[in-house]
Amino acid sequence: MDVKTDVTLDAKGTACPMPIVKTKKSMKGMESGQVLEVQATDKGSTADLQAWTKSAGHQYLGTIEEDGVLKHYVRKANDDETREKKHPDVVDNEELNAVRSNSESIIVDVREAAEYAFHHIPEAVSIPLGEIDDRGDELDQSKTVYVVCRTGSRSDLAAQKLAAKGFPAVYNVVPGMSAWNGETKSLNQ
Amino acid sequence: MTVKTMTVKEIAHKVLNNEELFLLDVRTEDAYQDWKIESEHFTYLNVPYFDLLDGVDEWIKQLPKDQPIAVVCAKGGSSQMVAEMLVEEGLTDVYSVEGGMKAWSEHLEPRKVSDLKDGGELYQFVRLGKGCLSYMVTSEGEAAIIDPVRMTGAYTDMAEKLGVTITNVFDTHLHADHISGGRTLAEETGAVYWLPPEDAGDVVFNYQPLRDADHVQIGHSNIDIHALYSPGHTIGSTSFVVDDTYLMTGDILFIDSIGRPDLAGKAEDWVGDLRETLYTRYKELSDELVVLPAHFMIMDELNEDGTATEKLGTLFSRNHGLNIADEGEFRRMVTENLPPQPNAYQQIRETNMGRISPDHEEQREMEIGPNRCAVR
Repeated sequence: MDVKTDVTLDAKGTACPMPIVKTKKSMKGMESGQVLEVQATDKGSTADLQAWTKSAGHQYLGTIEEDGVLKHYVRKANDDETREKKHPDVVDNEELNAVRSNSESIIVDVREAAEYAFHHIPEAVSIPLGEIDDRGDELDQSKTVYVVCRTGSRSDLAAQKLAAKGFPAVYNVVPGMSAWNGETKSLNQ
Repeated sequence: MTVKTMTVKEIAHKVLNNEELFLLDVRTEDAYQDWKIESEHFTYLNVPYFDLLDGVDEWIKQLPKDQPIAVVCAKGGSSQMVAEMLVEEGLTDVYSVEGGMKAWSEHLEPRKVSDLKDGGELYQFVRLGKGCLSYMVTSEGEAAIIDPVRMTGAYTDMAEKLGVTITNVFDTHLHADHISGGRTLAEETGAVYWLPPEDAGDVVFNYQPLRDADHVQIGHSNIDIHALYSPGHTIGSTSFVVDDTYLMTGDILFIDSIGRPDLAGKAEDWVGDLRETLYTRYKELSDELVVLPAHFMIMDELNEDGTATEKLGTLFSRNHGLNIADEGEFRRMVTENLPPQPNAYQQIRETNMGRISPDHEEQREMEIGPNRCAVR
């Protein structure tokens, strides 16, 4: 199972505290919003990484185990969540939940592939914000497009881009996955 | 740089001797809240090691200058790093606890309970980190071990020291909170391995069935182990009367609590058995019997000498679980609002049945955390 990430860290064979020490170091060199894959064999690294990301304000996405190797996914904290949203057409989570399985609806999840992999709305397709310029045309313009991310900020940018491409019906979902109570899917299930 | 270390044995002696110690626990807050080294005389500070990576300046003022500080983590790696940082900041009386909570979980303290007749002896092995109690009964060059934990070296070392041969190994029941060392110890020593057959329906190895009223003689003298069927924690749970003086209660009755009936998923079925054992079968026994349980849950259950023993008559007057007249109330107490189930208890049961064979490291992981066999 491959989950697309920006940086991979090999911490296999090291014991506590090294997986976290190395993770912290790698994260320093990354840009906000990027995703790190941490490969570790120390069983305690899962709980420690969860607790550390929480304390440091980063986002823990999930862990998969393959052949005795734990692959942890962590997204570096970013501060664009408070940026002012500009796309005029907005729906909230409840409104999206009501129309999500409608055949006239398309849900585009613009978070990073690793965020999508561990937690997404079943009907959603994944096109990370960074790829929306190139891949936006994969979507059917005749349908209503709902753009979702974690907090409504990246989806705001993506909605503007799609509208500029000529999509007639584009809605930004606010707040998005951070408060989503409806059905979800995960590669861990 | 090397920092001074403290062994879990030294920590155990501080606990048992009521010595003071400042314990800086650098595991996550969840891990610390779940399970830590318990002593009324210790002072605690919990700061996860990853919050100290950028420096200890913020925390150092919370640490004492005139008292030894022991730093503990899960396995001993992070505690060493943090201890080094503290020494660099000029603290001198700082120790890293060797092997961390894993070593603490595995440490056994043998304590002599009493002499028996004709030169026999009775020892209790106190596993402070996990609350497990196991026993060695010696008589005329032979020894029986009851409810051994997986660190079987503690028993074989003791047998060698005392010049006795382990001839019989017993489990009072199929354990769910820790991995039994019974089968391994029997294989290592050639001893007979006894197990109550009602608990052994799914085991995949050979054992000697132990039934109600069976007698097993240790050595040539009259020290014998008399089995007493006492279901409730499990359907097979069996108590032993040793040398007509001691009552080994397994996980049925503890010093300040009683066994829980839910760890095999049958709380509703077994609560009646538990009541019958505690309120009828045990009631028929002599008040003078000294109860030796297989667990303790809180440090208060230990006597001043570090052993966990009490007369049955005293427990009938003081143990809350033996003093609930109303059957409905008893039923509610042992089936509702139970503490969380022990870590990995299903896998532990499967391991004790011989159905799965985790390696050493996996076994250590499975046993992480506190003991939770009792209800108070």
